[in-house]
Amino acid sequence: MLRRLSRRETLAAGAGAFAAGLGLAADPARALNDYADQIKKFTGDQVPVEGRVKLELPELAENGNTVPLSVTLDGPLDEGTYVQEILVLAPANPNARVIRFRFSAASVPEASTRIRLAETQDVIAVAKLSDGTFFQASRQIKVTIGGCGG
Amino acid sequence: MAEVKPRIRLDKKEVKKGDTVDVKTLVSHVMETGLRKDSGGKLIPRMIINTFTCEFNGKFVFGCDLESAVSANPYFEFKFKPIESGALKFTWVDDEGVRIEATETITVT
Repeated sequence: MLRRLSRRETLAAGAGAFAAGLGLAADPARALNDYADQIKKFTGDQVPVEGRVKLELPELAENGNTVPLSVTLDGPLDEGTYVQEILVLAPANPNARVIRFRFSAASVPEASTRIRLAETQDVIAVAKLSDGTFFQASRQIKVTIGGCGG
Repeated sequence: MAEVKPRIRLDKKEVKKGDTVDVKTLVSHVMETGLRKDSGGKLIPRMIINTFTCEFNGKFVFGCDLESAVSANPYFEFKFKPIESGALKFTWVDDEGVRIEATETITVT
């Protein structure tokens, strides 16, 4: 707790550029966000099956402001079935939702982007298939906050 | 907002039917989270690109709904299989409704 406060002060003192990451200005007492509700909303209360979704993240991100993220769906899909959506959630960010990828029958279930992570956490991905099934996976990533030695 | 020219790279523009095209896009945008405070302690309002869509010949191919957890200057990479020649249209929309658009053509042989 003390460490975080001192970091905030340091940031407030002028390292503004580093504060661009989510949550650096957030309340240090904040617990995990409403990611579980967001998953329920996404799946319509269905419980997703563990696995198949693959999340690629570095093990350690020095700069939480721009963390490369890739999502894919492993394994063959039934004829006519495709991945409709993949929702990415960050339970320790100020807002659970990170990005929702939307795919089509013509696209390959694979996408990459760069995201912001407030702190070390298990990033979650939930995939929705056109046959109505859901898959979920998570992956831990360590974040050295702000990339300036926090 | 200043005119932004998105950067788009396709790994190939002439493909055989059934081939996969790899698309990379990058667009300049601050992606202000709405959580930061200015020097006076006032919250800086959120200002992000909230939607990205890619259509091929008018048909939806790939898109995403962005939240403030997407890094500044959003980058996306995705893949798709064109079955005919045509135009790939990219659209980014931000919180102020500003649209950034770009088009690439793909030839299927």
